[in-house]
Amino acid sequence: MKGRWVLWLPFAVFLIFAGLFAGGLFKPDDRVITSKLIGQPLPDFELPQGATDRPSLASAEFAKGKPRMLNIFASWCVPCAAESGHLITLAEAGVPIDGIAIRDARDDVDGFLKRWGNPYAHIGLDARSEVQLSLGSSGVPETFIVDGQGRIVHQHIGDIRADDVPELIAIWRKAQ
Amino acid sequence: MRLFLALCMLLYCTPLMAQTALPPAPYADKQLDDPALEKKASDLMLTIRCLTCQSQSIADSNASMASDLRSQIRERIAAGEEPEEIRAWLIARYGDWISYKPANDPILWPLWGLPVLLLIGGGLLVVGRIRRAKKRDA
Repeated sequence: MKGRWVLWLPFAVFLIFAGLFAGGLFKPDDRVITSKLIGQPLPDFELPQGATDRPSLASAEFAKGKPRMLNIFASWCVPCAAESGHLITLAEAGVPIDGIAIRDARDDVDGFLKRWGNPYAHIGLDARSEVQLSLGSSGVPETFIVDGQGRIVHQHIGDIRADDVPELIAIWRKAQ
Repeated sequence: MRLFLALCMLLYCTPLMAQTALPPAPYADKQLDDPALEKKASDLMLTIRCLTCQSQSIADSNASMASDLRSQIRERIAAGEEPEEIRAWLIARYGDWISYKPANDPILWPLWGLPVLLLIGGGLLVVGRIRRAKKRDA
């Protein structure tokens, strides 16, 4: 009989869906949400001082012709303490780094910097995650590289490990 | 009795390592005074995804980022912003991922159109069957 193959169509559709779902089950879970602002200008912000011995931070700092690194951290964040050594390496390599402390208090930031070292030129205090949300950042720690015109060129999500350092320096150099 | 007291004290143990020492933002867990504005804000919150607990809406999550975003949404709605403007602002930063409200991008049109096509196809099948059955009966 003609048209018999039509009977197999639902089964074929079933196989396609089963394949799709199986693929989804075995695909590694990806929970990283990247910012959609990469390639776009840094949003405007002006933050209060985050640490007693560093000036406060405003977005105007990032459009002065030289690329800078913007590190989102917090004194209550354990991976931030883990990456601090690598931030100091970056700062010693000549990369200017500014910090934004999320949901923090100045005393706690001071204590954190005393304990783990201070790679930051400016530190702003974002007590209610407002700047973090406007950056499209989804957690702490995160690091943005901003070029001399104030455009975001790179976002590093999670703590910086030793083997990320050369890559970040290269991206920062390229943004010159 | 002592055991009972000990159990009660166990119920009241605060976590040693909190996420953050700061108290929640002013409107994180406090409703707006105007019920109409509060409804606007809470309807939006139910459809915004939490960045920390990624299967929850920010209305359901206790994560500090979610409560900061709740407070920000309430304050912006109270200042006269429309919920869809805030949704667009968030999508511009985090992508469609942040919104639970189905979008109508061209790529999703087949998904919206499929039920209609299936209904038409099914209807044609039924009409054909009825016609054939009538012919047989006649």
